[in-house]
Amino acid sequence: MLRIENLSKHFGGVKAVQDVSFTIREGSIHSVIGPNGAGKTTLFNLITGVYAPTTGRIVLGNDDVGGLSPDALARRGMSRTFQNLQVCMNMTAIDNVMVGAHLSLNQSLFAAMLRLPSIRRADAACRDEAARLMEFVGVGQHVDAHASEMSYGALKRLEIARALAARPRVLLLDEPAAGLNHTETGEIETLIRKVAQSGVTVVLVEHDMKLVMNLSDHILVLDYGKKLAEGTAAEVRANPDVVAAYLGAAA
Amino acid sequence: MKNLFSGRSVHPGLLILALVLAVLPLLLPNAYYFDVAIRIAFNAIVVIGLNLLMGYTGQISLGHAGFFGLGAYASAVLTSLYGWPPVAAMAAGAVATGLLALLLARPVLKLKGHTLAMATLGLGIIISIVINNETQWTGGPDGMAVSGLSLFGVEVTGEKQWYALAAALLLLVTWFALNLINSPVGRALQAIHGSEVASRVVGIDTTRFKVRVFVLSAVVASVAGSISAHYIGFITPNMAGFFHSIELVTMVVVGGMASVFGSILGAALLTLLPQMLSAFEGWEIVVFGAILMATMIFLPKGLVPSLARRSRKQPPAPPLALVKKTGS
Repeated sequence: MLRIENLSKHFGGVKAVQDVSFTIREGSIHSVIGPNGAGKTTLFNLITGVYAPTTGRIVLGNDDVGGLSPDALARRGMSRTFQNLQVCMNMTAIDNVMVGAHLSLNQSLFAAMLRLPSIRRADAACRDEAARLMEFVGVGQHVDAHASEMSYGALKRLEIARALAARPRVLLLDEPAAGLNHTETGEIETLIRKVAQSGVTVVLVEHDMKLVMNLSDHILVLDYGKKLAEGTAAEVRANPDVVAAYLGAAA
Repeated sequence: MKNLFSGRSVHPGLLILALVLAVLPLLLPNAYYFDVAIRIAFNAIVVIGLNLLMGYTGQISLGHAGFFGLGAYASAVLTSLYGWPPVAAMAAGAVATGLLALLLARPVLKLKGHTLAMATLGLGIIISIVINNETQWTGGPDGMAVSGLSLFGVEVTGEKQWYALAAALLLLVTWFALNLINSPVGRALQAIHGSEVASRVVGIDTTRFKVRVFVLSAVVASVAGSISAHYIGFITPNMAGFFHSIELVTMVVVGGMASVFGSILGAALLTLLPQMLSAFEGWEIVVFGAILMATMIFLPKGLVPSLARRSRKQPPAPPLALVKKTGS
C-alpha cells in the first residue's frame, strides 16, 4: 500500500537518504533499522511530509504523495509518533488524544463559538472514543490528568493514542521504546502487536533489536542513507553486511 | 478543573461572572465607578480576543491597538462625516479590519517564528501614523468627537444603560470564547501552540487556523473599538498607538495566558491601575513595564492559571521507573 521509489533527500552537501526503494504491504509490521545517523528519521519525515524529497516518489495507494504537506497526508490516512515526544504540554491528556481526531470533526469557527448541539454531541462521542483509546494503549488511569503531569513512558503511549484517534491506515512509530525500561518495552511490544491486529499497517523505526526482531514481518536496513539490506528478521540477521555494519558493532 | 469543560452544563465561571456583573451595579457608589467598570468590560473584550491568539494559539500581536483604533475611527468617521447609522459603521469597520488582518496574516503566518509580532508591530505603527496624518478625516493628533450610540433607533444613555450594554457584551464574548476553546477548533489552536509539527501530522492546517484566530481577534478588537469610541465620545490617535498595544499584551500576560477569566482579571487590574497611579503621571509606562517583568519572573503563567494551580492540590509526580504498572 505504501511504495517508496528511488527516494533521496539532500541537506546541502549531506545526503541523508540516497536512492532508497521499498514496499510496505497492507497489514504488516515493517521496521526500519540502522546505526545512528543512517537516515531513519529523515526517511520518516519524508514519508509523513515533514520534509519534501529531493528526488524519488512516495506512492500511497495509487497516488504519488511525495512533497504533500503533513496535513494533506493525514487526510490520506497517514499518522505517526515522534522520537522526541511531541505531546502538547499545554493541554490535558484526553484533549491531546482528541486532537488526533481533528479531521473527522466540525472545523467551523461559528459552530464552535455557539456550541451547537451537533458540536456538543460529536465532542462527547470523541471524548468517549479518546478515553477508550487511552485505555487501549494502557494510560487509562491518566484520563483526567494534564499532559504535564504524566511520566515519560505514559506520554509515549499517549502519543500512540493520539495517532490512533485519527483512524490511520498507516502508523509510523519513531523509536517507541526509546527511553523505556525492559518491562515497559515488553508492554510496548504487546501494544504494537495489538495495533497491527486491529488492521493498521505499522512502520517502525527502533534501536531495540529484540523488539524489532520479535515484531517485524519485514525489515529494511539503512546505513549512511542507503539501503543495505531488506527481508524478514531471519534473512536480515543472517546477512553478513548487516552483521558487519550494525548488529556486529552493537553486540 | 479539568472536567469543568467537558460536561454539557454551563461553565461555572460563566455563572459567577454573570452574578458578579449583575450585583456590581448595586455596589458601585457613583458614576465614576460605573465609568471604570464600563472601560474594564470593553478592555476585557479586546483582551479575551487577544488571548485566543496569544495565550491559546501562541502567536503574538504587538499591533492590536491598531485594530481597536481602526474600529473606533471607522465608527467616528462614518457616523459623523457620512451620517451612517452606528451599527452599519461598526460593521463596516469590522469587515475592513478583518480584511486587513487577513491580507497581513496570509503571507506572514506561512513563515515560522515571531514574524507575526514584527508584522503587527509595523502595521500598528502604520495605522497610528495614518490616523495622525489624515487630518481631514480624523482630526489628526487633536482627535475627533464621536456621537452617542443608538442601536436600531434606541439611544444608549446614562451610565446604567452603558453598563448593561458593556456587561452583556462581555458575558457574550466570554461565552463565545469558552465555547470556542472547548471545541475541535479550540483544541486545534492549543495544539498549534503545544507542537506545530504534531498538529500538522494529525491533519491540522496550521496556517489556516492561525489566520482564522488572528482575524477573529482583530475583528473583536475593532468592534470593541467602535463601541468604546461611541461611549467615550472623543477619540485620539493614542487609542491605536503602540503603548496601547503593549497595555493589551500586558493585560493578557498578567491575567494569564490561555485563560479567559484571566483576561478579564488582567483587564480589570490594569484598567484600575492608572487610576491609582495618577501620582506617577508620565511614568505609567515604566510601571507597566515593571509589572510585566515582575509577572514574567514570579508568575510566568499569569495570575489566574497560577492561582488555579495552587488551589488544586497536586501530588508530586511519581518517579519515572515506578509509574508503569499499567498492564495492557
